[in-house]
Amino acid sequence: MKYFAWVRERIGRAEEEIELPADVGTAGELIVWLKGRGEEYAHALERDRFIRVALDQRHVRHDAPLSGAREVALFPPMTGG
Amino acid sequence: MIDVRLTGEALDLAEAAARLGDDPDTGAIATFLGLCRGETGRLSALELEHYPGMAEAEITRIAESAMSRWPVRGIVAIHRFGIVKVGEPIVFVAARSSHRDAAFDAVRYVMDFLKTEAPFWKREHLVDGTVGPWVDATDADERAKARWA
Repeated sequence: MKYFAWVRERIGRAEEEIELPADVGTAGELIVWLKGRGEEYAHALERDRFIRVALDQRHVRHDAPLSGAREVALFPPMTGG
Repeated sequence: MIDVRLTGEALDLAEAAARLGDDPDTGAIATFLGLCRGETGRLSALELEHYPGMAEAEITRIAESAMSRWPVRGIVAIHRFGIVKVGEPIVFVAARSSHRDAAFDAVRYVMDFLKTEAPFWKREHLVDGTVGPWVDATDADERAKARWA
């Protein structure tokens, strides 16, 4: 997992390795599961529909399956340019 | 030709423009330069966090999409990360084409998608020396992208 911007700050780390339970199949299910891991995750991901997800450095929707992804990133809406 | 680069150093505009190269069939070059705005004296700088690897890949995908949409002969995009002081460039985008419309459209398209799809996040640094909040994404940026749907 990788986290960026205020998602990274609220969770308190930039990256970590996570073993996913078998019943977490999609990006959206991953966010819901992470929220149950502790207050910092619940705080970072509370507005979960605003959280953006990338699988192996490509944007995906929350209904995207996680299967096969090596790198999952969660971050706020982007503000570059 | 697509040339995408991220840098932690101040943008060198002459070097950036030179990246377009020489091309005898180019009749137009359109460029865009985005600067760090002071917000009427409130900000000293913006800090740009990025997702290394994905940021380059995403801007490249956006440029490829523009190249497939218009008869553009080349696109250069350079984006800063780290601390960017007020008045300094954050992003440079240029496109070259045989005729001007394609170059104008491609530059605007790349910028409109880059704002909401390239993984960068801005945070304000205030003139009193404190670090301010993360900048919120805007609906206006989402609408700008929607014009190309």
